[in-house]
Order: sequence, then structure tokens, then C-alpha cells
Amino acid sequence: MSLDEPKGHIGFTLNGDEITIPSSATARLSEVLREVAGAKDVKVGCNAGDCGACTVLVDGAPVCACLTAVGQVSGRAVDTQSGLVARDVVAQRLARSFQRHQAAQCGICTPGMMVSAVALLRSGGTLDEARVADALGGVLCRCTGYRKIIAAVLDASEAAPVTEGGVGVRIERLDGWPKVSGTERFGDDVAPADALNVMVIRSPYHRAGFIFGDLETWREETGLDLILTAADVPGDNLFGVIPGFIDQPVFAVGEARYRGEPVAAVVGAAERLAHLPPFPVTWEERPAVLAAEDAATADLLHPTRAGNVMCRGYVARGDAAGAMKGAAVRVSGDFSTGFIEHAYIEPEAASARRVGDRIEVSCCTQAPYMNRDGLAGILGLKPEEVRILPTAVGGGFGSKLDLSAQPYVALAAWILNRPVRMAYTRTESIATTTKRHPSAVRMEIGADADGRIVAATFEGVFNTGAYSSWGPTVANRVPIHASGPYLTPNYEAKSAGIHTNTVSCGAFRGFGVPQSAVAQEQLFDMLAERLGIDRLELRRRNAIRNGEPTVTGQVFETGMGIDACFDALKPEWDRALAEAEVHNASHPTRRRGVGVAGGWYGCGNTSMSNPSTIRAGVTPTGEVMLHQGAVDIGQGSNTVIAQIFATALGVPVAAVTLVGADTDVTPDAGKTSASRQTFVTGNAARLAGEALRAQILRLGNGGQGAEITMTGDGIALTEDGVTRRVPLPEGEGYALEVVETYDPPTLPMDANGQGSPYAVFGTAAQMVELEVDMELGTVRLLKFTAAHDVGKAINPLLAEGQIEGGIAQGIGLAMMESFIPGRTENLHDYLIPTIGDVPEIESILIESGDMHGPYGAKGLGEHCLIPTAPAVLNAIAHASGARIHHLPATPDRVRAAILAKGL
Amino acid sequence: MTLHRPESLDAALALLEGGGVLLAGGTDVYPALRDGAPPAAMIDLTGVAALRGISRDGRGWRIGAATTWTDVIRADLPPSFDGLKLAAREVGSVQIQNAGTVAGNICNASPAADGVPALLTLEAAVEIAGPGGPRRVALSDFILGPRRTDLRAGEIMTALLVPEMPGQGAFLKLGARKYLVISIAMVAAVVETQAGRISGARVAVGACSPVARRLPALEAALTGAALAEVPAICASAPLDLSPIDDVRASAAYRTESVRTLISRTLSQAMEAAHVA
Repeated sequence: MSLDEPKGHIGFTLNGDEITIPSSATARLSEVLREVAGAKDVKVGCNAGDCGACTVLVDGAPVCACLTAVGQVSGRAVDTQSGLVARDVVAQRLARSFQRHQAAQCGICTPGMMVSAVALLRSGGTLDEARVADALGGVLCRCTGYRKIIAAVLDASEAAPVTEGGVGVRIERLDGWPKVSGTERFGDDVAPADALNVMVIRSPYHRAGFIFGDLETWREETGLDLILTAADVPGDNLFGVIPGFIDQPVFAVGEARYRGEPVAAVVGAAERLAHLPPFPVTWEERPAVLAAEDAATADLLHPTRAGNVMCRGYVARGDAAGAMKGAAVRVSGDFSTGFIEHAYIEPEAASARRVGDRIEVSCCTQAPYMNRDGLAGILGLKPEEVRILPTAVGGGFGSKLDLSAQPYVALAAWILNRPVRMAYTRTESIATTTKRHPSAVRMEIGADADGRIVAATFEGVFNTGAYSSWGPTVANRVPIHASGPYLTPNYEAKSAGIHTNTVSCGAFRGFGVPQSAVAQEQLFDMLAERLGIDRLELRRRNAIRNGEPTVTGQVFETGMGIDACFDALKPEWDRALAEAEVHNASHPTRRRGVGVAGGWYGCGNTSMSNPSTIRAGVTPTGEVMLHQGAVDIGQGSNTVIAQIFATALGVPVAAVTLVGADTDVTPDAGKTSASRQTFVTGNAARLAGEALRAQILRLGNGGQGAEITMTGDGIALTEDGVTRRVPLPEGEGYALEVVETYDPPTLPMDANGQGSPYAVFGTAAQMVELEVDMELGTVRLLKFTAAHDVGKAINPLLAEGQIEGGIAQGIGLAMMESFIPGRTENLHDYLIPTIGDVPEIESILIESGDMHGPYGAKGLGEHCLIPTAPAVLNAIAHASGARIHHLPATPDRVRAAILAKGL
Repeated sequence: MTLHRPESLDAALALLEGGGVLLAGGTDVYPALRDGAPPAAMIDLTGVAALRGISRDGRGWRIGAATTWTDVIRADLPPSFDGLKLAAREVGSVQIQNAGTVAGNICNASPAADGVPALLTLEAAVEIAGPGGPRRVALSDFILGPRRTDLRAGEIMTALLVPEMPGQGAFLKLGARKYLVISIAMVAAVVETQAGRISGARVAVGACSPVARRLPALEAALTGAALAEVPAICASAPLDLSPIDDVRASAAYRTESVRTLISRTLSQAMEAAHVA
């Protein structure tokens, strides 16, 4: 320690400024930079060096601030993203390049990526992809698939971004600059400095009874401000997301049903929480059931759910059993997948403050209004007495739809009337928030001699964990989608969600469809092999077309674009097959393979109303305010919705100011889920833009073609070369205001699952080229080609980003990811793809239009992931002969499958 | 909450007498806290200049205990160290390589420590200072088991000592992803060749036994082998490994794949030696 530092203080240079701050010298540098020095651009994703989000430069070298004692930087220079972008020309170029390429989606990994990249760019020399990957390999990203990050680093030049354009233009992300300059504020970044902290006491066992000791005495001894248990919940000690399935207690009562279930929470100053003696609770471990296959005979988790069956789904059309018997060829198989963790780099975080008789909660969420209503029930308040202030969201992918930290901070702030905060640890995030459902699928597909599908039967069992969350959605969606985007005249699909003593499974990009696609698309390859038909051709032959019924009997007259997706792959498919054959002739131990898979996904809720509302106003000075409540979790709704609105209104996007999201000022745009925001909220934005345009034209007496200009002090209309001012009403609030709602047209399904569950399906086909090391079972991915029918690409650059990110998650599902309760509760045992694991991705955007979507646009977010895993598995089988039924295809499993084939 | 930052080894040893956790790169110390508060007192060794850097005297090489993996990558070292350099590049990520130290990797005593197999093939010895005076222990005797070493109370590892040796080093790591990955298995080798045949081979395997280990029976069997004969020898030689099932791979897979990995590592070394 330097002699000139006052006792208890550390002096160092932060972003060019010499500072001396009070701190324990052994504290993690990341924590001190954030909490004492105010450098909130240093993100904490894991506290273990596994994610790199906290990367800073110490004397110019990138290190993880979470692994550095603050005392170790005494007298040295520390640089963070915000400081670099403010002062360093290399970082400024990089920031602009990140914007140009949309290398930031949610933005939570961006500080780590950019700081690492600055060190690389300063080191000089010729850059190539391998050097960029080596330099950035220590930073995990869950959104982008890394490809645009690599492109941005390689292109860190002064080139100009595209900043203006309506529907169809690749403009930069409107909310992007804060992400690339280090000023974006995520869930834990907005916590008030004077907030108390919450720590949740969780079950260490998969199932356990528990008895508390003398909590009040312990609280007094420890100096804590509050202990919360079920007895302290003023409203219902329950939350959930689907009516009829609201079954998760905030705090367990009597028995904890999964490892990590909360039984109590303690509230106090951070330093007190850091040095607490053991919480006074006695556990009684009880027999637990962890696998769905064992649940039928196990103790019931919920007394009214016989056999531990949460719910079932069913779709039947034609005579599946009869047609199957008559099929010329039949293939069948069992397939399984494990728990998959969302692994966003931002762990859940929330803070709350009581304002009179209202509670305000800032949190990273995908569903502000659902959070509001859920908290109101828990607190015993009216919904309008709860305000949700969504922060930037550092990745969601479905899990941030559900409540996590919000109830604890809200309860504590409500009771104490003091601000309270909580950020989940990485272990807490992985162990206790919702997962993708483990699946066990048995499927049979029959075809005629020409390879036309005549029948398919499907039975899928999904482990939904201790509580329902979005499990019913998975159970309902899967039977509708398990045929894949293929004409299947005779079909029977059954699904079941089964309770076990594991963490709840909920929403994760695709809601069970990625799991069913693993079975169906692999069986298609087996069918093609049996019939001797080219695998792409088999799919092309069966692709569902406009005018043909889906398995629920729904007929789309326009916009079913899967055949176009397959056609778009044909040239690459032919090239790749030929190249693989040539390669394999001379490389017996490193064999190349090509795989293809299709996928589809219905946008929006299944046979349920799911409206979005958009509000927009014009101020008396002519400023256009767009109240945009569709939470942008990185996918780009802040940009896409603004582009749609601006196009409908007929103004540049630069003329539109975004407001929200905030449940007090933005109307309910629904949840960011089910690939619905571009389609549903986009339609509401289109209607709002059109309605506002109509108002302006009426006021200004303009014709349909009149051009609207915001002049800075009002609105002008130009028509036939004549410009005139539009008189605006005077008074309080907006001079003009519109509120428009869109709810997609759907119809309920009957007992056989026949009906029109979605207004829109999006479709996709992906192919992958890879190389299998036959001796080690390792797989090297070479290239993806992804054709997606997006109806209309509102912002093609954002669409590519969705595809690349979805493929990266599909790679993880296929090759490395598996959450094992109690074992892989960190980011070095639970592996997600790094920058070196995602190969080149060529995106092909198909624009087949849509009868309902805004300007013909469909949803895209979930479709990107669905074909990826089966395409990889099909390519592994093509290369090696080894078919992987039970995921992930880790090297040991691939090698075992190769050995089992006697290869 | 005290972080002592001694500038000399004697000062560090004196501080250690008072108790406290040794800290260098922090890449194992902080993750082991599992989000908990740091210990009350830590002794940071990164300020002891004598502990950092790589030097050479008449008998061999001295790698200071607090030398980082990035220092190893950048050092001008003979071909026998190529395996160690390749291993250094596989340590976690650039962030970890910039902070993590050679001694930390050894003293953490993980069965999957990236640096240990290569150092075993270099026949490294551990130099230790402590209340009982300085001592040296062969690396193979220093690591006793998972998370257990021969470092005694009050002692500090000060350096690794590597004798001068000819030969070409090589290293291969097998993992389920590209970066930031804990090994399923890894192999290091230093091979000496004469007229295209192996005149001496040292081979070590990590993550397939509680402590990474040399493979003496295989080494003996390799003597005199030509490149083309290496795969068959690797396929049949007794290895005396004891891999386990864990979340990264099955024991059966490790048992089988490590032979392929050994063969390829030896080929890598022999081909590099041929080019050289």
C-alpha cells in the first residue's frame, strides 16, 4: 500500500483521474469500482473469472476485476469501458464499429468485449479472426453468437453508421450508444446507494422439511433490519404466470420442494450480510424425485395433481394409427434433452422503494405488467399501486418473464419503508430460476414410397420441476409444432408436463419446440436414408404450403414460406455435399458432414388473447413521443417498433423520441416472449402511427400523400410543393395523442387440438457443415447457412443478429449444455459456447410477407434456435454414421456412438 | 481486512508467520470464496520482484513463482518449453493468463491444472522458502493429491527450477469448447529424436488421475520408435491412469481418448522437431 494513502483508503488512477477511495484492500476490484467509485460499466456476471464481463485494463492489460484485490491496483492505472470510450480514439472507433455492426445486443457483455478488444487493437499487428477470438475468448456473450463482435473488431474504422431509415433499413440500434459507451444501466446498476440488501435463505436439499429457530432473537443478535418468511407476506404467498397454475410460494411453507427454494430472506446492510452466522433453521431431508420417469409413483408435489402430472397437451388429426400401418416406410426413435440454463450474462437484479402507499420496483424484466400484477397479489395491493421500472435487460430468453428477486425487495421495502436491493449470484441464478424443460420424446413417422409423410405420432414427457411457471405453455405448444413445418395428414401428438423436485422449468426460446425438433428432424434424416432420397429434397417435398392444413387444421392462404427457405439452401447444400465427399475421400479420421433441419414457430400466445397497446403523442412544440413498452432485452424492439411507427406516421426515426418502458407511462405492450413483439406490438405501433398521421392530416387539411415534418416548434405539412403549418390544440399534456391496441386473431382449439392457435407462423431452414474427429469424438463446426422467412425484415441487421444468436444457443443445446441440479451451478461447469465455438453464419432472409404482420413482418426470435440442434446432429450423423439421441453431443457421447456403430 | 503487500521474500515470510492467505493472481483464491467475503488478511506476493520472471543460469532455468502465464508465453525459451507455452495459451483466457501465476496453478493442485503436465515433462523441481530454510522438491513429489501439496505451514513456493534439456515440447488439451474450458484430458510431451527415431520421451497426462503424472512404461516403450510406430505403441502401452466420471466426460472415454491424445502429442513434437 502506498504510504500516502490514508488508512482504509486505496489510491489509483481510474480512467485517467487519480482517485483515493475508502475500501477494504482485499475487496474485489469489481465490487469497489461499482459500489464506491461509481463505475457501473464494470459488470458482475459470475464473480469467478468465467464470463469476463468485469474485464478492465490494469496498466493496459485486461484482467477480471472480480479476481483482483483492490489493494493490488494501488498506485496503478485502471481503465474501464466508459473511460476508454471517453478518452481513447481507438475505443471510440471501436464503439462506432460496434454500433455499425450491431455487435451489442443486450449490451451486458459489451464492456468486457470492448475492453478486451481495445487491448488487442493497441497491440498492433495484422488482425484476423483467430487473433480476435484469442483476445476475446475470455468474455462470454449469450445474445449475439459473436459473429458481429468479430466483424466489429476487425472493422474498427471511422466508417459512418446508418442512422436513418424506416421499415426495411439496416439502421443502427437506436438504444445502442449507451451500451457501447458504458452508460447503459442494467438491473443492479440503478440500485439506490442507501439501499439495504436482501439475501435469500434457500433449501440445500432437493426436498426437505424445515423448522426455524428463534428468528427474532437471531435478528437482534446479528443486527439485521428484517427477516422475511411466509408469515410476512401481506397478500398471497403465491406467484405464477398462467391462470390456474399460480402455484409457487414466495417462501416455502412446511416443505421445500426443490434445491434452492426460498424459505426466508434476511435484510440488512451489505457488510452485515457478508459476515452472518448460520441462519437458524433445521432441515429434515426427505426423499426426492428428480426425473419425470420416476414421478408417477412418487409423493405428490401438489395434492390435486395426480401422478404429479401438471397438465397434458393433445393434437390429433386424421387416423394416425391406421395410416401408420399403411405407410411404406416407418422410422421411430427415442430422444432426450436435459435442463438448459438461459445463462444470460446479467444475473437477476431488482431494487424497490416505497413511495407513500405505492411500491416502485426497478428490475431487469421481460414482462413489466405481469410483474406488476404478480407483485400486487403478493403485497396485497391493487395493480396500479405497483410501478415497474424496467431497466436495461442483460439477456432474458424467457427466464426473466418470471418473478425472481422482485418479491423480496418489494416486501422488504414495503415493510421497512427503506430502499432495498438484491442481485442474484451466478449460482443463485443458475440453481433457482427457470430452465428449459428436460424432454423425453418417442416419435414415429411413416411415409409413402415417394417420401411423402402419411402419419406421425409423438409422445413427449417434459420435466416441469416443482412449480408450473410456463410449463403449460410448453405442454400446449409442442403437440401443435411437433410435426415440423410439413404437411402431415394423419397425426397424433401427446405431451405431459410432470412435476419433480427440481427447479421449475419455464419459458426458454422456443417453449419446447427445439426439443421436439431434435426428434422429428433426426427422424426425417433417417427416413431419407431408408428411402434413398436426398435429405433436403425430402423436406422440400413435404414442406407445408399455402392452402394446406397444419396439424391443427389451420390453413394459411399466404405467408407459409418454408418451401422458399429450403430452396434458398439448395445451392449451398449441393456445394457442401460435394466438398464433404471430396474431403472425406482423403481424411478417414476427420470426416466432414452436412446437416439440414427445418423449423416453425407460431408467433404470440397459443389460442389466447395477447394484445399490445402503444401510445404516442405530439407535444405542443411538435415533438413526437412514442410510449414503447415492449421491453427490449437485446432483440431490438426499441429500434424495430420505432421504425414501424415512424414509417406509418411518415417521419424519420430521428423525429421520434422513445419513452419508457415504465408501467406508469407506457401502456401494456405485453411480454417480450413468444416472438410476438415485432408482430403484435409492431402492429399496435403501425396502427398508432397511422392514427396519428390521420389526425395530423385532418388538422392540417392534408391529403394522404402529404409529407409530415417536425419543424422543432410544431408540425408542417408539405403537399404539391406547398408547406403549411398544422395548428396544434393548446393546453396541458400532449397536443395530439393516440392509443392503439392490436390483438392477433386466433381461435380456440377443440378437444383434438383442432383450431387456429396462431395468426402467424414463421419458418426457417438451417444447414451446417462440420467435421467430426472420429478418434476423439470432437466436432468442429465450419459454417452455418440459415434461411429464415421473416415475412418482411423491418431491420435486416437486427434480424441477422437474432439468427446468429439463436444459432449459438442451438449449438450449446446440441453440443455442450446440461444443467445438473447441485452440480453445474456455475459457468465453468455449465458450458455455453465461447467466441471460438461459433463458426461463420450466412443468413438468408426470405420475405414472403404475412397477411397480419406489420408491413408483412413476422416474429423471428425463437425460430432461429429451433433447427440448429437437429441440423448439427444430422451433420454429425452424416459425417460419422453416429446418431446422437440423447443430448448434448459431447465428445464422449459422440465417440461412444461411433464405437457402438463399429466404425 | 488487510492486504499485505510485501516487497521482499523475507517480509512475506515474516507476514505469513502471523497467518493469512497467500494471494497472487487471485484466479483461484477469489472463485473459491463462492461470492463470500474475502478473508480478513491476505498477503499479496505480486509485489515481490524476486518472485517474478524467468532466468537462466549454468544449470538450468528458474521460473519465479509469481510469473504469469502471459510472461511464459512471451519468454524466449528453448523448444523443450514449447509444450509449456502451448499450455499457457490454454489457461482460461487472456484475462486469466495475465493474472494467474505458475505457482498458483501448481499450489491449487487441481487434477486438471493446465501447467502441470508440461512441467512434469520438463522435470521441474519446486523451490520453497520457509521457517525451516529453503528446500527443493521434485514437482512429481510436491503435489500430493487433489487440492493437497507438500507446502507446509509458513512456507512459500518461490520458483520452479527446470534443468537444461534437449528435446522438443508439445501439448494438447481436450475440452468441450474452445476457450475457458476445464480439460477432459491433456497431454504434454518432450521428445528427443535421433535420425527420425525417439531417443528419449517424457510424457505426462493431466485430468486422468488425482494428480497429473508421467507415464514411465510408455516412455520406455517409445525409445527407438519411428513416427509411424508411435500410434501402435500408444494404443497398447500400460498407462496406469485412473480417470473418473464427471460432468465433463465419462471415465471410459478418458481412458480411451487419452491414448489418441498421447499419440497426437508425440506426433506434434516429432514433426516440430523435424521442421526445426
